[in-house]
Amino acid sequence: MFRRQGDRYVATFAVDEVRVLRKVASEVVGLLTDGFDHTDPVVGRLFPDAYPDDPAGTAEFRRYTEGDLKTAKIDQAGAILAALPDAAGGEVRLDAEAAEAWLRALNDARLAMGVRLEIKDGTDLSEELDEAVAEDPTSSRVFQLSVYAYLGYLQESLLNALID
Amino acid sequence: MGGMAAPQVAPVETPDTDEVPVSDRPWVTIVWDDPVNLMTYVTWVFQKLFGYSREKAEKLMLDVHHKGKAVVSTGARERMEHDASQLHAYGLWATVERS
Repeated sequence: MFRRQGDRYVATFAVDEVRVLRKVASEVVGLLTDGFDHTDPVVGRLFPDAYPDDPAGTAEFRRYTEGDLKTAKIDQAGAILAALPDAAGGEVRLDAEAAEAWLRALNDARLAMGVRLEIKDGTDLSEELDEAVAEDPTSSRVFQLSVYAYLGYLQESLLNALID
Repeated sequence: MGGMAAPQVAPVETPDTDEVPVSDRPWVTIVWDDPVNLMTYVTWVFQKLFGYSREKAEKLMLDVHHKGKAVVSTGARERMEHDASQLHAYGLWATVERS
């Protein structure tokens, strides 16, 4: 989890954490590049309709904003990939700019996973996790829910360090 | 909301929105509640993007959370579209409409 050290935001990651972060950040990049598809609900959530009742207005808005928005989101996911230690675990030190990029990228990853996991208002994560474990502890849902929860803690720790 | 990005209008005798012709009404940016964004994060984004005080940002965040949505800025349409796309960059669910 992140903490502040002077003007840097520092966290130490175990090898498994590095692997997970690399995976989720790469998945976001994939979603925004090769896999970009407006009919995918995840893309719908990351690029919301600006005018829900006006498809023409939304299309016009997209024409002017979507390219930049996509680039920004790819760059912020790239900030995670760039700062992670190579193979093993290790320390990550971020300046304020990189810390904000991480914050936005972690949020994008959580939004994407939240759509796939069908997280709703009032979803109790530990309950969901218990249920999923009871059903099949080796399922991908168990893994995804744990990653989702982990990203939330990580994002919150970084935010708290920034606000401090 | 205390005229943060509100158009420059006379402080007195501001007519009710209902009486203003549609074409003269300003546009608004609306942020909608979603189950993923952390409350602290949403507050931080409002402070960061709009320069709102912590208190004001928190109140807006709570409005979003409890009422399902909140108007976060008011003004010309182009400005609101800019705000919405910034909010999208932070992962908030923002839309634009006429007030």
